[in-house]
Order: sequence, then structure tokens, then C-alpha cells
Amino acid sequence: MNLKDVLSPLYVWKRAFEKPYTIKTLKEPRPGADRYRGFHQNDLDKCIGCGSCAEICQNVSIDMIPVSETKEGDSGLRPKIDYGRCCWCALCVDICPSGSLTMSNAYTWVEEGLDKDVRETFCFTPGVDKKPWDNEEKGYRRLEGYELSILERVKMEELAPAERVNSFIEMVKGFSKEQAKKEADRCIECGICTATCPGHMDIPGYIRAIREDDIEAGIKILYATNPLPGVCGRICTRRCEEVCSLSLRGEAVSIRWLKRYLTDSVEAEKYRDLLHDEVVPSGKKVAIIGAGPGGLSAAYYLLRMGHSVEIFEQNEAAGGMLRYGIPEYRLPYGSLDKDIDFIISLGAKVHLNTKVGRDVNFDDIYKDFDAIFAGIGLSESFKIGVEGEDLPNVTSGLNILKLVTLGQDPQLGDDVVVIGGGNVAMDAARTARHLGAKAKVLYRRRLEDMPADPVEVREAIEEDVEFITQGIPLKIEQAPDGKLDLIWGKAEMVDDGSGKRPSPVLIEGSREVMRVSKVIAAIGQGAEYGWLEGETTKQVKLGKWKIEADRWGRTDDQKIYIGGDMFNKTADAISAIADGHRSARSIDSYLAGEEYPKDRF
Amino acid sequence: MNDKYPPIVDGKSVYDLDSQKYLKMWQGPQHPGVTGNMSLELDISGDQIIKCNTHVGYLHRGFEKLMERRRYINCFPIVCRICVPEPDTNEYLFAAATEELLGVEIPERAKWLRTLDLELSRLASFFMWIGGQSGAFGSGTVAQWSIAYRDYVLDLFEELTGARIYHMYMIPGGVRGGLPEGWIQHAEKVLDGASKLLDEIYYVTFHNSVFKSRAKGLGIITPDLIDRFGVVGPNVRGSGIARDLRKDSPYLVYDQLDFNIETETAGDTYARTLVRWKEMHQSISLIRQIIMLMPKSGPLYTTLPNVLHLKVPAGETYVKAESTRGEYGYYMVSDGSEFPRKVTVRGPSYSHGMALLEHLAVGVNIADTHGLMISLHTYPPEIER
Repeated sequence: MNLKDVLSPLYVWKRAFEKPYTIKTLKEPRPGADRYRGFHQNDLDKCIGCGSCAEICQNVSIDMIPVSETKEGDSGLRPKIDYGRCCWCALCVDICPSGSLTMSNAYTWVEEGLDKDVRETFCFTPGVDKKPWDNEEKGYRRLEGYELSILERVKMEELAPAERVNSFIEMVKGFSKEQAKKEADRCIECGICTATCPGHMDIPGYIRAIREDDIEAGIKILYATNPLPGVCGRICTRRCEEVCSLSLRGEAVSIRWLKRYLTDSVEAEKYRDLLHDEVVPSGKKVAIIGAGPGGLSAAYYLLRMGHSVEIFEQNEAAGGMLRYGIPEYRLPYGSLDKDIDFIISLGAKVHLNTKVGRDVNFDDIYKDFDAIFAGIGLSESFKIGVEGEDLPNVTSGLNILKLVTLGQDPQLGDDVVVIGGGNVAMDAARTARHLGAKAKVLYRRRLEDMPADPVEVREAIEEDVEFITQGIPLKIEQAPDGKLDLIWGKAEMVDDGSGKRPSPVLIEGSREVMRVSKVIAAIGQGAEYGWLEGETTKQVKLGKWKIEADRWGRTDDQKIYIGGDMFNKTADAISAIADGHRSARSIDSYLAGEEYPKDRF
Repeated sequence: MNDKYPPIVDGKSVYDLDSQKYLKMWQGPQHPGVTGNMSLELDISGDQIIKCNTHVGYLHRGFEKLMERRRYINCFPIVCRICVPEPDTNEYLFAAATEELLGVEIPERAKWLRTLDLELSRLASFFMWIGGQSGAFGSGTVAQWSIAYRDYVLDLFEELTGARIYHMYMIPGGVRGGLPEGWIQHAEKVLDGASKLLDEIYYVTFHNSVFKSRAKGLGIITPDLIDRFGVVGPNVRGSGIARDLRKDSPYLVYDQLDFNIETETAGDTYARTLVRWKEMHQSISLIRQIIMLMPKSGPLYTTLPNVLHLKVPAGETYVKAESTRGEYGYYMVSDGSEFPRKVTVRGPSYSHGMALLEHLAVGVNIADTHGLMISLHTYPPEIER
């Protein structure tokens, strides 16, 4: 030991004259760092209440509680956070599919009064319960270069436009097992899709089955709410994907293709073994008018409930619009038959080429059966309402599609124009392309206003369908060379300020001529109610557009139920299937002498 | 045989407490010698320890068991809590074990950021330790300086990771964020200050007659103890053995950094303190190197399968890293399900703080127990997990 060792510790006194480290917190509050994980904020305009935050929270500190203000595609729940449990890991922020949940850099919360329920102390619903840090801009946000969710879908292989336009081969190739599992893995199981699906299919359930490679369980889940899964796996309007929480920042889970994968993975012969169920015959007979998706769905569930079913179909094959309204490249007949044949194999008796009101009398059916389900769909095309509409080469989209299904030549010529912007218009135009004709689509509004599925529009564009938007047909004239002259005028979009979408108004004096070999009208369809004329249907009320029925599809006559496009507003296959299911359950309870089915849906 | 020690009959010490020659004394669990809770049951004769029993368990929170019922992503926020003063090693090892079982390679930039985070946490952890080490020998001033300065390092963590203590930064698959704007300048400032402070600490600690006389010769780890007690880290480096996982089995980007293993030969508390002091300088140098060499852009995260239902292929792995206390290891077994079948944490404090301490404490003055314990650098939370 030397003198230095005794003296050098005194060096510490030097520090006594330096500025202290400590800050006077109360006087000068110290803000948290820019990405500090402080108290939660929730942007209620963005939050859809998917519950992913509650799902990932390892402390179970997040509860989803109902709130009064909700919106479309929203569970109506909002996360409530218990700061007695929260560990501020911010995984909830990282997983939030909408990006609504963030953390501010605030870290001081003074709460007065211990008289509150101790379980409620420092619990709050961010965004709903107003807090001083609600508008704080700094704090933890998901940072660039880091993303827990998988926002991109597995690419679906399709035939190239040039390749597919020459034939009616199904253009979408379907997922391989690996692709399907990878796509199924993206699902976060929020279930917003289930709530939105008209049929309330257990979508997270069958996606989980795919992920776990349990195809049989998946098929069972599908058939619990949808007896035409192979069809829906191809042509469903997929409202589920529109609300998929992943679609808020990325691409929705390919729910439709996953459903298709499930049904494609099982041979038709195995359906029976898989879905085998002992059925006790009830001895009741139910008539179904129309073998479309609604009728087939009702038939399937009624058969499973033990009732005997007879289906009356005016065409030569079952399927309705699925067969006659959807081109083969979207829904191959084999896939359609696979689903339909299984339903019929359960014991449904089908009277083909039998139109009620023409071949059989509705009154006779009414007498012979215990209940009737009518799902006749919308088969009458609307007229365009212009001069020259009755000329020989003016036809409807549905007619073209039906002729092609029947294997007949629709005699399109080499140049057609389709009037309308819905899915039928797209199908008609693309069918014309596949048959080798040039196709144009004339639509009154803008491209973004089209009611058709955007994917259909994109595919139509890929197949060189020409789109003429903001064009109003004025007149059709016979041209000297045997073709037709479609006279149309340009329109401008006028917003009347009522909050509705702008409407097209013809620009005065605008007049264009288009020479085509065929004019195809596809501007919508209506139902035909001729079959209702009879003694026994007096009680059935016909409203302005539709037959009046309650939410179970029950008309004022307890025995008569309706469903499908003629009943619901959405007019697509899954809605018809859902109607069929709902009505079947309602018929079942009616036949058992009960008022309505006891459970919710 | 020193007559201070009780006679041994049939291989066991026999205490005649009535002789008033021996005293049983409890130290802890609020023990100044550790960061956490742990108690010592001391048999003393006069003020000299003749037998030491360690009692741990005050911090047992059952993390290993908790993890068996949690999805991998849900384990991520809890592993850091296994060791409070230096949580990052846990984060890194849990992430690394999961990634290894998943067969995932993380992006290059994430590796550099992880190394940066680990070195920063080493610095913070040593700042905590050096305060304890000097405090235990009566120099509370150094403790004030170092613990306060540690907060400046925590500021850096707050800016980089969003939190001061439990950073939760190294998520399986990568890291959660890049360097924020202005961080490097801030870090340079903090590192300059740290470097200056370390020199001041050197001056008042290693040239301190009290510290010298108390630390020199205290708790000598002789070479024969090293393998017997599984001594690792600065404890073994203080005994002249250059053993450091950052060199011996380089992980992350340590093989691209320039540093040497710091050693001392005496094996006593003074030597270990000096090794750690040198390693603090080394950490500062490593952080500077990392800041200079790391890629400035690039991905931070390798997208894993959906973490909400992530299933890790069946298998087992042991990953290790050099923490401030030495080799820290995670043994992870997966049975292919959503939850880890078993995660076992090897905290170096287990062997240092219990078996080795019980051995070294014999013959030590009561007043020096804290200094000895701190010099072994024990963090009880990692003993109990």
C-alpha cells in the first residue's frame, strides 16, 4: 500500500461540484422516447374488434367487450385492457391487423379514489374511455421492416389469358396441399368472416382443418352449413374475403380457394362415408320448386332431418343458375355435378323438365305435400328499354350462357356488345371471347362503380374485353350488312348531393354508333310468379317486387317457404344456400309442430 | 486443523452451540451481495464463517413451467424476466433456440442489432455490478455514479427498443426495429461519458487502499475449482483462463468484431473486478465497432409462419451465449406442438452463487461476504427461473 492508494479515493469529491444526474421530474416532466411502449391508444375508426390483440396477449390482460358504435365488417367488440396484468410487450400492437391499436409514449396515469371496484382500477377501453394520451403522436408503432402478420397470399396459379381464351377449361388451377397449408396458416381466426358469410360457415374451423391436414373434419365443417361447397369454392361472391381482417393492410385469406381445396381433395364416393348419419324418417313430405342452390340446400338439410323430398325443376338438369348462368371455365360441370349428385344420392326425388304451373299444378303439390319450399330464382332478364330491342340479334346474357351450357351455338357472329356491368355481363362478354368473338362491354357508370366482382373485371380486361364506360344505349338499328347499329350516348356522372353514388346523365347531343353482330343485354333479372296463380296460394302476399316472407323464408301461408335470389337482397349462391338451410330448419320445426327453430341463426 | 472450526465426527461437523463458540446467523433474503433475493445461513465462529448454506427460491416464478403452456410467441415476453438486470441474453437465446428448431435464418441486419443490444445490456449489467462491488466494500459513491450512469444506457434502450428494463426486442425471427434517428449520436455521447466514468472509477477503486486490502486475496478461485464447480465467465477469466463463448464458439457477428479475451491471473475478488472493468471498456469498444460496421438498411425480420398457431418441428437444441456472468444456455425441446415441451435455462449464477459460494465463503469474514458474493456476480432470478 502506498500513499497514492490513500489519497486517490479523495478524488470523488471532485464530483460534488458537478451537475447532478437527477432531474426534477415533477417540474419538468420527462417524455418517453419516440417509440416508448406506454399506454394504449385505439383508433376506433379503424378497429374492427377482431380480437387478435386479446388472442396474442400472454397475460390475458385484454378482454373484448361490446360497444355501442360499430360498423360494417366489425365484431362490435373493442379491447379493454387491464393494466394490473399488462406487461407492455406490445405484441397486441404488432399483431393488430387493422393497425388501429398503438401505444403512446405516456407513462403516468394518476387515478383518484380507491373506492372503485379494485378489479376496475386501471382498466380501460382505449379509444372509448377518453384519456389524456389519446392524441399523443409519439409512442410505439409497428416499425418498418418488421411485420408479424403474413400479408401476402399464396399465389393461385391460373391459365394465362391467351391460353384460356381459346377454351372453356377451368382457368384457376387450385392449390396444392403445400400451398393450401401455407395459405391456411395466414388465418388469424378472428371469425369476422363467419359473421359476414350469409351462411355463417365456420370458416376459421375449416381453415384450421386444412392447416392440420384433417381434410375429413374440414368436409364435415363445410357440410354443416353448406351442401354445395365445391360450387362455392369456385364461384362464391366471398363476402368473407371482403371483411377478412388481413385485407385491411394486406391481402385477404383466399377463403374461396381453400374451400375448393378441401372439396377437391376428397373423391365424390367418399362423401357418403364421411357424412354418414343415421336418419330417422319423419314420414313428412316436402316439395321443392326449383333445383337451384337454394332448393338443393333445402333438400340436403331436409333429407338429413328425415323428411322425404321431391324437387321440381323446369330445366333438363339440376343446378339452376349455377349450371345455366355460370360459364364452364369458372365452374366446370363436373364439380357442380359432384355436389348435386351427392345431395340427390341421399334420396331426393327430382322431377326434371317439370315446370310448376305448366306441367304440374301448384294446387296439387300443395295438397300432396306437408310443406313447400320455392326457390325459383330470377330467370327473366330485364329489357334495356330502347327502340329496336326486339330485332333478331338482340338477346340477353342469360340466354347466351344457357345456350352455351346446352351445347348449342349462340350464333354470336364476330363482334358483340354486352350492355351492363354485373357478373352476368362479365360472364357473357368473356364467354363471347372464349367463343372467338370480339367483345365490348357498355356500362352506364364508371369502372369502379361496376357491381361485378373486381376479379372478374380484371380477368375480362386480361382477355381483351373492351370496356366502354359512361355509355348509355339509345337505340338499336338494323345495319345494311346484316349487323346491328347500337346507337349510344356518352354520359357524365352527376352527384346530386344526396350521399348516394353519382348517377349517369346523358350528355346532350352525344351520339355514337357501334356496329356489332350481336347486342347482349345483361342489366339484371327478375322473378316470374306465374306459378303462384292458384286456389291455394291466396294467403301468399306479393309485395311490390317480391313475395313477402319473414326472416325464416316463411310466407303468410305457414306451409310455403321461399328462398334464394327471389327472396334475399344479395342474390348470390351462398345467400341462396343459406336461405335453403334456414328454411329447411324452419320447415323442420313447423313439421314438428313448433313455431320456430330454437337457436339463433 | 484450526481450532476455530468444529470437530468432525464421522465426517460431519459437530457444533456445540452451548459452548458459545459458534453462532448461526442469517443473512438475507434482502441481501446486499446479490441483485435479487437470496439468503445465506452462516455458521460463524467469532466473525469468521466456518460454514455457509445458501437458500434460494425467493424469486421462483416458474417460468420454465409457464412456457410449457404458452405458445412460442407468448413465451417471448416472459423470458426476459428470467434475469432482471440483464434480460437480453434470455431474449436472444430463446429466439435463437426457436429459430434453430424452426430452421430459420434471421436477416444480417437483425444479427448486428442483436449483437448491439447484447453488448449494451452487458454494459448496463456491469454498471449495476460495479456499483454493488464497490458498495459492498464501503465505497457507496461509486455505486451512486455507476447506477445513475446505467440509466443513461437505459435511455439508449428506451430509444432503441421502447422500454428501459424489459426490452422485448429480439423476437423469434429477428428484431422489432432498426436504429431510430439520432440514436448513434446519442449513443456516442453516452459511450464517451461511460468511458470517462470508467476511468474515474478505476482511479478511486483500484487505487483505493480499502478496496485493495479487502478485495485482494478474497475468494480465490484456484484452477482445481474451475471444472469442479463449473466456473465460467469473468470468474474463470480472473483465474487466468481465457474462456469466452464470444471467441470460443462465436455467435451472431462476434467473429467479425475485433476484441481479445481479458484475463487476470490472481483469481481473487480484485482480479475478477479488474477483468469485469476491462470488459466494460471492451463492451464500449464493441458497441462502437458495431455501430460503424452494421448495415444501415435491410430487413429486420424473417417472416415466420403465423405466430398465432406456430408449431415448431419436433427436436431439441442447446444454444448458449456469453452473458456478463458467463455461459448462459437454453435447452429447448419441442414435440412438434404449439407449445415448447421443455425449456431449461442454464443460468451461470446457479453454480457460482450456490455451490461455489458455499465453498469460497468458508474462512471469510462476515463483513466480506457481500464483497465475495458480488465478485461472483450472482443474479438470483436466473437461479430460480
